[in-house]
Amino acid sequence: MSEINSPTKYSSAITLTSGGVHERWRLIKDRLARYGVVVGGLGVIVAIALIFFYLLYVVYPLFLPAKAESVNQYSVPESVAGKTVLLEMEEQNEVAARFTDTGQVVFFQVATGNIISTQPVKIPEGAHIVSFAQGSPINEGAVIFGLSDGKAVVVKHRYKVTYPDNVRLITPSLEYPLGEEPLRIDESGAALDKIAVKIGDNASTIVAKSADKIRLSHFEKEKSLFADEAAVTRTDSVLDYAATDVADILIDKDEHNLYLLSSTGQLGLFDISNQSAPALVNEQNVIEPGQKISSVSFLNGDTSLMIGDSSGLVSQWSKVRDKQNRYAMQKIRAFKVSDKAVAAINSEQRRKGFMTVDEGGMLGIYHSTSEREMIKARIDDSSPVAAALSPRANALLVETGDGKISYWKVDNEHPEVSLRSLWQEVWYESYPKPDYIWQSSSANSDFEPKYSLTPLVFGTLKAAFYAMLVGMPLALMGAIYTAYFMSPKMRQYVKPSIELMGALPTVILGFLAGLWLAPLIEEYLAGLFALFMLVPVIVMLFAYAWQYLPKTVQQRVPEGWESALLIPVILLGSWFAFTVSVPLEAFLFHGTLRDWFKTELGIGYDQRNALVVGIAMGFAVIPTIFSIAEDAIFSVPKHLTVGSLALGATPWQTMIKVVLLTASPGIFSAVMIGLGRAVGETMIVLMATGNTPVMDLSVFQGLRTLAANIAVEMPESEVDSTHYRVLFLAALVLFLFTFIFNTLAEIIRQRLREKYSSL
Amino acid sequence: MIRLWFKSGVPWIWLNAAAVSTCLIMIVGVLGLVAVRGVGHFWPHQVAQFSYQDEGKQPQVIIGEKVETSITPTAMAKSTGFIMADDEDTLVQYLIKTGNRDVTGTDFRWIQKRNIKEQSEPADMMVIERREWGNFYGQLLEVKENGKTIATGEQAWPVLQTKIDEALAIFKQITHLEKKEIGAINYGLERLRLKQRKLELKNSLDDAAKQEIAAEKASYDAEYKQYQVQLAELYQKIRRDSLVAKTESGSTKEIPLAKVVRAFQPNTMSLFDKIAHYGTKVVEFLTDDPREANTEGGIFPAIFGTVMMVMMMSVIVTPFGVIAAVYLREYAKQGFTTRLIRIAVNNLAGVPSVVYGVFGLGFFVYILGGNIDQLFFPEAAPAPVFGTPGLLWASITLALLTLPVVIVSTEEGLARIPSSIREGSLALGATKLETLWLTVLPMASPAMMTGLILAVARAAGEVAPLMLVGVVKLAPTLPLDGNFPFLHLDRKFMHLGFHIYDVGFQSPNVEAARPLVYATALLLVLVIIGLNLAAIIIRNNLREKYRALEG
Repeated sequence: MSEINSPTKYSSAITLTSGGVHERWRLIKDRLARYGVVVGGLGVIVAIALIFFYLLYVVYPLFLPAKAESVNQYSVPESVAGKTVLLEMEEQNEVAARFTDTGQVVFFQVATGNIISTQPVKIPEGAHIVSFAQGSPINEGAVIFGLSDGKAVVVKHRYKVTYPDNVRLITPSLEYPLGEEPLRIDESGAALDKIAVKIGDNASTIVAKSADKIRLSHFEKEKSLFADEAAVTRTDSVLDYAATDVADILIDKDEHNLYLLSSTGQLGLFDISNQSAPALVNEQNVIEPGQKISSVSFLNGDTSLMIGDSSGLVSQWSKVRDKQNRYAMQKIRAFKVSDKAVAAINSEQRRKGFMTVDEGGMLGIYHSTSEREMIKARIDDSSPVAAALSPRANALLVETGDGKISYWKVDNEHPEVSLRSLWQEVWYESYPKPDYIWQSSSANSDFEPKYSLTPLVFGTLKAAFYAMLVGMPLALMGAIYTAYFMSPKMRQYVKPSIELMGALPTVILGFLAGLWLAPLIEEYLAGLFALFMLVPVIVMLFAYAWQYLPKTVQQRVPEGWESALLIPVILLGSWFAFTVSVPLEAFLFHGTLRDWFKTELGIGYDQRNALVVGIAMGFAVIPTIFSIAEDAIFSVPKHLTVGSLALGATPWQTMIKVVLLTASPGIFSAVMIGLGRAVGETMIVLMATGNTPVMDLSVFQGLRTLAANIAVEMPESEVDSTHYRVLFLAALVLFLFTFIFNTLAEIIRQRLREKYSSL
Repeated sequence: MIRLWFKSGVPWIWLNAAAVSTCLIMIVGVLGLVAVRGVGHFWPHQVAQFSYQDEGKQPQVIIGEKVETSITPTAMAKSTGFIMADDEDTLVQYLIKTGNRDVTGTDFRWIQKRNIKEQSEPADMMVIERREWGNFYGQLLEVKENGKTIATGEQAWPVLQTKIDEALAIFKQITHLEKKEIGAINYGLERLRLKQRKLELKNSLDDAAKQEIAAEKASYDAEYKQYQVQLAELYQKIRRDSLVAKTESGSTKEIPLAKVVRAFQPNTMSLFDKIAHYGTKVVEFLTDDPREANTEGGIFPAIFGTVMMVMMMSVIVTPFGVIAAVYLREYAKQGFTTRLIRIAVNNLAGVPSVVYGVFGLGFFVYILGGNIDQLFFPEAAPAPVFGTPGLLWASITLALLTLPVVIVSTEEGLARIPSSIREGSLALGATKLETLWLTVLPMASPAMMTGLILAVARAAGEVAPLMLVGVVKLAPTLPLDGNFPFLHLDRKFMHLGFHIYDVGFQSPNVEAARPLVYATALLLVLVIIGLNLAAIIIRNNLREKYRALEG
């Protein structure tokens, strides 16, 4: 072979004897073909490398750190209008608003700091602003000013986008959603020291602290069929709570929960779903003794509080149901943000991320559930006055103590995924404990996608395990018999037919498993168990009886045709197992086995479960394992077996001690390849399981595998989104998994081939 | 005695033999199941009439086909809530296909054998296959034309048949007009729009071009108007006739003939009638479009899509596979590189097919397709042309998936060619290319053929990657039609395997669709087994041939 392959020998012979144009052209063609073929051959390696690197290329950005860079710094626009109480940016990062303590709203260009307009909030004569709060959710744009005369003004800042001459123009304006007339919150006219507001579509709630009392006012629009103007019903109540210390008031977006925080860390949780009678649910301390709360904010979705304290610790508290079925706030996790006090916490509006700025001007961007620190950067050395994170979380503004505003751009695409959140238990908001959850999408906009690959990998391995449990013994035992004991004539037909089994499209196996086998097993569960137990016994009995049959009968079946003989035996045995199982089931379990499992052992039954998958996928892996293992056993050199038999070993001893031992690497590689196939199989699991990503070892429960998950979710995932990349990660995991198994199997097989040829 | 027997190892040999038998039973069982269920679907079943009375309820008449029988032992039936008498051993239930979904809301119902008071098969029981609402079961009362009764009683049946034939002929014309002619006009209009947009983008949309486009558009519009008139006429004609039938509950139901595919009376059909009926149903299955969300009618688009995709794939995979095999066997020095390539080939074969789908979607569709769109089809934006799953990408993805099959098979073929043949050719002064092209490859062609056939069989049955790169449940147009450029590589297509998955699991009426799924599965199994058997036969012949050559 190698002599033919070396090109110089023959080509030189031709050049010696010829020199014409035609001859040269022949040589050129020959050389071109050589290059073409070499390139084509190496293309295979390129293809597999391309798949790998492309998957890696898509997955890689998930684990990139975020970037933030300072774009501009300018002095606070219209600094005479008062001190900043709130900075806000609109969606496009073009216009920002600065709310001041004198009731002015300064709109300015984000990029340059140029003032667009300054609009005053309508505040009655003789009153002045004593408190201020931002409404929630943030993107509604509502703020409230608490006045010294017990009244409050609610203002919304709105941005109208128009396209004159195809250029985007954003015009800011102020609106008064509850009317321009200030609302009287405290009848006695005491100043509203602290205030909070929530503006909803139909209902709004204002909570204020005045004269050491917490007052709640609820406004509900009642839509009347005939009137154009909706009538507003107002409900007032005073909370029974020692209010002296209350420093922060927060209302969640459903207007069901009210959180009152004192600066020493006392948290009171009120249920305000009945506005006329707010009830105290729980009272507890949320920070370490000796520390003070320096900043607090809701996380997106308003179910968690991010509480920053004077030691630089930000902790996430969420309402969790305890064992007595009572709600209490529980600390889910904490971030050590800095050594200095946390001056500001701003939550992202579409994800569960947040930004912190500490007293020393250090900026941090974090993601709560993935517990990742995305960015840490120094804005300035002075303590910040106010900070704003844009709605898309791709820009931020910080006003520092020296009267400057810094504008930063942020590139933070995939904060929600970390190795930890993918593979370990994660404590999601409002879940009672950390858990592995895959839940990638929902109709709700402030839903948090939960990307834990663990249940999927678990499902994959579970399905593969049951498939191997069914397929491996059948395939290996079949291979042993076919390669070593079966008569050559029968083998000639048996081997191709079992290999043909491998050519059956898995979609057909899946369809049969889901629509035919699953209902059948549900009905005859006991029969199936009886089958597993009885058929081997019946085969053994038959074999035992066979040797006592008269020789004339025995000789009718030539040696090596036992399996043909056993076909009717197994069929009869199966029929017997199913028939006997019915009265047996009724007698032993007083009803169906399924019910018995449920009532006695507490094991639920899904119609499409791991048992169905195991049988269907076992069917699919049999040909793969059988074919390779059979080849390995069959090609064990004959002189080894003959020698063993000549020394007096029985055929079975020869099989176990000589043949299997020699062929064991081949059998191992067959199992590896079969396992690879079971892990990557898609259609069978897609159709024969309920595709529920649960982590349950029970054989009667469904599962979801990596491959089925990709097939289900990939068509709907948005390109380059986190979900898309996580699905690519799942594909990469599958790829690597099978890559390792296959490479291992192939190397072992190549070794084995060399060994055989040397024997 | 038994201990000795066990020691001899004989029982273990028997147990191993039993494993082989089990595998054989499983494969034959699966094939048999698919065959029996798939074949049975088209046979006209008897329609029975039951007088039925559930415990403590009014007696009623049920008309339908008996589809399935379930026998439950008493104990099990009791535990699921049935009241059983002491002398009953089993509870026998029948699943009856009662059709008439528009009247009763369901197609199927379970009835208990013990509650059947009387059962008969009246000769005038009629089955109507409809384009909406599934089958209708009942008795024909009269045939109407323009709302006036033209035939009743005995004469109604023959009149109905001629009227149905008329309606079907008109329906065919309508489909032809709507799909072919008006489809072509729509296609032309879309091309005009793209042309205009292209000129606009190039800033070369001058008055002459505008006029030309307007003229073309006007001619299309005129043509369209003409077809509209024809269509309106045909629609009026097809809506003229209707039939009135009696349902099981005794109420009457008027069914317009425009909605009828065929009507037959299975209880009076002779064996030959039934065979003929079976034949037409099979032909319909293979050549017609699907009806009623794929649960009725034919699967022609799926067959066509599968064949197109497989052909495209073959064109792509064959050269690459053969070149790689030739490199491995004829050019490369056996060593580290070839070993690496073999491992790569093996890995390609072992990578889960859905990973190919992910790769195809990300790399081919979004990256390659997206760039092609930007470069060559800017006028179509924002609608993607090649930047969306389609026939081309599906073919390339599957070509990549089946590459190892072709490589391995071709290599095996090349390895079997005795080196004396190559040496002889080289000794006579041929270059290596000439040796390859004129002697080695022709001799290895059956092996390539085998590889290709196996690749086709694999591709025809593969579903998971296709779900990501181009298959849809219902494609409005075939990828090959009479509109220039005839072969539309960017179109989505239907596929037999996906059809099985979709109809069997995603369809709103799984029970009604099940027989059709079995029939589709049978077709797919037949195609794939046929292809595999062909490959095996070719391979065996090849082996014989070389054995002769070497000897």
